[in-house]
Amino acid sequence: MFELIQFWSNLSPLAWFGWKIAQVLAFVLVLALLVAALVLADRKIWAAAQMRRGPNVVGVFGLLQTIADALKFFFKELIVPSGSDKFLFIAAPVITLVMAFLAWAVIPVAPGWVMSDINVGVLYVLAISSLGVYGIIIGGWASNSKYPFMGALRSAAQMISYEVSIGFIILTVAALVGSLNLTEIVAAQEGGFWNWHMFYLNFSNPVHLLLFPVMFYMGILFFISALAETNRPPFDLPEAESELVAGYQVEYSSTPFLMYFFGEYVNIMLLCGMMTILFLGGWHAPIDLGFQFLPPVFWFFLKCSFLFFLFAMVKAIVPRYRYDQLMRLGWKVFLPTALVSIMIVLTFVNFFGTGAT
Amino acid sequence: MTDFLLGYLPVLILFGIALALSIAFLLIPAIIAPKQPDTEKLSTYECGFNAFDDSRMKFDVQFYLVAILFIIFDLEVAFLFPYAVSAGHLGNYAWVVVMIFLLELTAGLVYAWKKGALDWH
Repeated sequence: MFELIQFWSNLSPLAWFGWKIAQVLAFVLVLALLVAALVLADRKIWAAAQMRRGPNVVGVFGLLQTIADALKFFFKELIVPSGSDKFLFIAAPVITLVMAFLAWAVIPVAPGWVMSDINVGVLYVLAISSLGVYGIIIGGWASNSKYPFMGALRSAAQMISYEVSIGFIILTVAALVGSLNLTEIVAAQEGGFWNWHMFYLNFSNPVHLLLFPVMFYMGILFFISALAETNRPPFDLPEAESELVAGYQVEYSSTPFLMYFFGEYVNIMLLCGMMTILFLGGWHAPIDLGFQFLPPVFWFFLKCSFLFFLFAMVKAIVPRYRYDQLMRLGWKVFLPTALVSIMIVLTFVNFFGTGAT
Repeated sequence: MTDFLLGYLPVLILFGIALALSIAFLLIPAIIAPKQPDTEKLSTYECGFNAFDDSRMKFDVQFYLVAILFIIFDLEVAFLFPYAVSAGHLGNYAWVVVMIFLLELTAGLVYAWKKGALDWH
């Protein structure tokens, strides 16, 4: 792998630039195809939980359903309401989609398989996911309609509330690893599932065994916050059909709607990937059972798929929260406990060293 | 320095590709989709009547409070990142300072809680 990197960096700058563009294009293409598969999986799991068949007409087992749905949007009329702020109305879904893709630039899916391996990866992901709120709030405001306006307000308040908790949770992991580089965070969890931050049984530093309940709790908190952050059920209040018809995207039709939808699923995948990297050991196998022939990206994909399966099951099983319950959970349960947890972890790291050695 | 900046180049490329993809998404229906706008189709979505007033109306002050609290705590997170990364080798003095900082912000949270800023009605 290293020789390969050497080889490419010895090329002329133009060829290197072209190679980078090809890499990024391939990444975006795979991501887009995965979104298509994910939407179908979501619908299939939801259907199975309700003992239905789900989409099964287009293609074998309905495999082409999402692609057919996406193509349909291209043939629909592009409606810009007369009362809306036209430029912002069109720009908002663009912001959502671009920001959703942009966060993927630092996600390592396998050793060396990362677009830009920057040393402040965690901070970058936090910054970009904060910018994602703009897409929603601008879209809701520009529509100049009451439902999108209320939906955008609710959505923005919900997303920023849970972003605070996510920030504290990521801090605990950053403190244990002593790095903000996502590749190093994954590398620190090598060896087996007991080294993952979710099941933190660190035998090389026995005092750290006491941190197991804290980190397990942090992992669960991250999963629930991820649900709220992506407006997934049971926290899908911004688009609560019975109250707000569809929240901030009421006025959107055709491809702008598709872009919101697309961006939302790219974001869901991003949070599954972040959870895999921060808590479930990234591309490392849970136990060394002689499966070395499997590429590391397989394990990453498997863990992400499992997390997405949980996302879909939660959607099928759990009833929707009320808005005041949602905000109470975020500010009065998640935030104080995350604050206490970061204090505990920082104290441990200060007196007994980081988790690595 | 150039190596450091080149590390960020893929971010720029990805931004360009994502932007190009979005613009392509916007252009395709503008070219191939039918266009038959009429007043009713372009009017604001409402329950069958015209909107009485502008939709940018007054809204609950609670949203504003949440935004202010968010800024405080998100800044706190941003401040803590440099310490968290180097917590293992900064010593006890730094730890005491950070704990005081954290306790102050906890006191802020308790104050907001007692004042009822976190309650939704």
